Amino acid sequence: MADGSIGLWTVPLAVLGGAIRVSTPFLFVSLGECITERSGRINLGLEGTLVMGAMSAYGISYLTGSPWLGVLAAGITGALLGALHAGICSLPRVNDIAVGIALMLFGTGLAFYLGKPLIEPTAPRLPAIDFGWWSDIPQLRAVLRINVMFLIGVALAPILYWAFRTTRWGLLIRTAGESSDAARAMGYSVLLIRLRATMVGGFLAGIGGSFLSLFYPGSWNEGLSSGQGITAVALVIFARWDPLLCLWASLAFGGAAALGPALQSVGVTSGYHLFNAAPYILTLAIMIITCSPKRTLTGAPAELSITR
Amino acid sequence: MTAEAADPAEAVGTVAPAADPGILQRHGGAIEYVLIPGAALAGALAVFGIFVAMFGKNPLDLYFYMYYGAFGTWFSWQNTLTRAAPLILTALCTALPAQLGMVIIGGEGALLIGALSATSAALALQGLPPLIVQIAMVIGGVIGGGLWIMLAGALRQYRGVNETISSLLLVYIALAVLNHLVEGAMRDPASLNKPSTREIGAANMIGSIPGTDVHWGLVFGLIAAVAAYILIYHTVFGFAARVAGGNIRAARIVGLGVSKLILTICFLAGGAAGLAGMVEVAAVQGRANANLAAGYGFTGILVAFLARQNPLAIIPVAILLGGISASGGLLQRRLGLPDASVLVLQGIIFVFVLGSDALYGRIGFLKGKS
Repeated sequence: MADGSIGLWTVPLAVLGGAIRVSTPFLFVSLGECITERSGRINLGLEGTLVMGAMSAYGISYLTGSPWLGVLAAGITGALLGALHAGICSLPRVNDIAVGIALMLFGTGLAFYLGKPLIEPTAPRLPAIDFGWWSDIPQLRAVLRINVMFLIGVALAPILYWAFRTTRWGLLIRTAGESSDAARAMGYSVLLIRLRATMVGGFLAGIGGSFLSLFYPGSWNEGLSSGQGITAVALVIFARWDPLLCLWASLAFGGAAALGPALQSVGVTSGYHLFNAAPYILTLAIMIITCSPKRTLTGAPAELSITR
Repeated sequence: MTAEAADPAEAVGTVAPAADPGILQRHGGAIEYVLIPGAALAGALAVFGIFVAMFGKNPLDLYFYMYYGAFGTWFSWQNTLTRAAPLILTALCTALPAQLGMVIIGGEGALLIGALSATSAALALQGLPPLIVQIAMVIGGVIGGGLWIMLAGALRQYRGVNETISSLLLVYIALAVLNHLVEGAMRDPASLNKPSTREIGAANMIGSIPGTDVHWGLVFGLIAAVAAYILIYHTVFGFAARVAGGNIRAARIVGLGVSKLILTICFLAGGAAGLAGMVEVAAVQGRANANLAAGYGFTGILVAFLARQNPLAIIPVAILLGGISASGGLLQRRLGLPDASVLVLQGIIFVFVLGSDALYGRIGFLKGKS
């Protein structure tokens, strides 16, 4: 088959490719937020964490020449921002949603400030594994050039699912999220559990950010993330705090986000901006369908301020 | 173990502290409401000073240029007040729903939709007397922005969708709608590099307050803030809203129409932000384009929280933060700081202000009086 002869098949292929490529940050942020929210706290600041992660990953990758060190740095940055969130939230009478909004502004601002000198230079990117060597359709091969991070994220979802159900740590996080009194009665510090859960959540969100700057789209600029972090937080709600559902939801989101560019590549340019807003419209639509004023959502941690 | 946000009543209390009716009667409390945010602001400025010192800049220069760029000259005062105008209006978009215990952060979206509807109204009525066009723009802006936030309120009331997340998602959707229309149906073919709508016409611009370069939008903002204050603290409607914000079950038991309260408050909140969009079109840009998404909606959230959701306190806080953003240009030119430094400072202030919530009622020498 000759190059370009697949015609309109480009669109579903690009959407599939998008589902794989674009979904990775959604996946990491939503899994991280899943851990945080299961412990009974919501971190809306992950949007800022994502951008900070993207910036620090790009910076460290540029300075050291190793993209994997960049990923690690992004994770550490995210964990520090998570610790900041948890630290402020553990003060009495501080609202976690408001702190999240503050850290969203702070993280984005700090990333833009520190990232100014990084817009020009090119940093080494993360490698991709070519799963499409058997095919001679270039578009399909492009789709199947998959990054290791995606595979790690996919593996992480069932691991978290298992960990929440069977491990001691999973049980502790869930206890803190369902009833802080019960956790306290067992002799555990709820604040400490939530601090750790928020730090791990921030770590994963930071790694999600590193994927943005080091693989796809693969550069650092100030328009890198436009609400992916906050969309991922919303995604956790309709994934019912279930890591496996987070995986499917992230894939659906990635596909929706790829729709605009895919249609543009076959010449459908009208409504480009509206198609780009597809993930937000999809989130809103799914939240409208799945939420109900009559009952709390099934699976919602009882201590979570957002569902009360 | 400290009792953190686990208690729902406390969590609501931090969002809508202004709902406390006794603030102005109790002097100790009033001092607290000035002293603690002031201390938080000073702390944030100190941390920002250390931050720029790490990049080899002199913090004292920083403070001087910030003061000079914000309030040092008549020129900088005018710049500050021009920026404060939309901030007052977008802050109301967060502060009004906060009276009901709702956290709305979508002021930016309502601003964009308000700007679009105001522009559409002006373009549809070309040729009519300017006053009629301007009134139509105000109505268009208020209705457009109002319906946009009312949507978030309705989703919360009828579908249980969290209003914080839905209002933020609506920002991105509003931005897409703006870009779509500005680059498509409403595009002026003459705008090549920067897709824009047609100009609303010089005659229809609302102009400046005589003797200044500050546009009339500031007066709109002041009127809206005072009206919101009267509505919340001196009307039955506002009292009902504060009752519902304090305890929604009690409000239902005494027979308040909570749905109606939520929808009305959200409409007014969005209407204020929509009016900010109208002002940006009718006093600054003269047309709708992507320049409108300048972040006033997001800074407005910070203004509302720093003012502790009190509509009157919003006015000085908006002027203060308008000053900070006005000084951004000077910091860039004189100290070589990136334009994002204003964002960093805003973020630090926000973090400090929220952290300072823990201090209320805990300062020894104020305790006896309050």
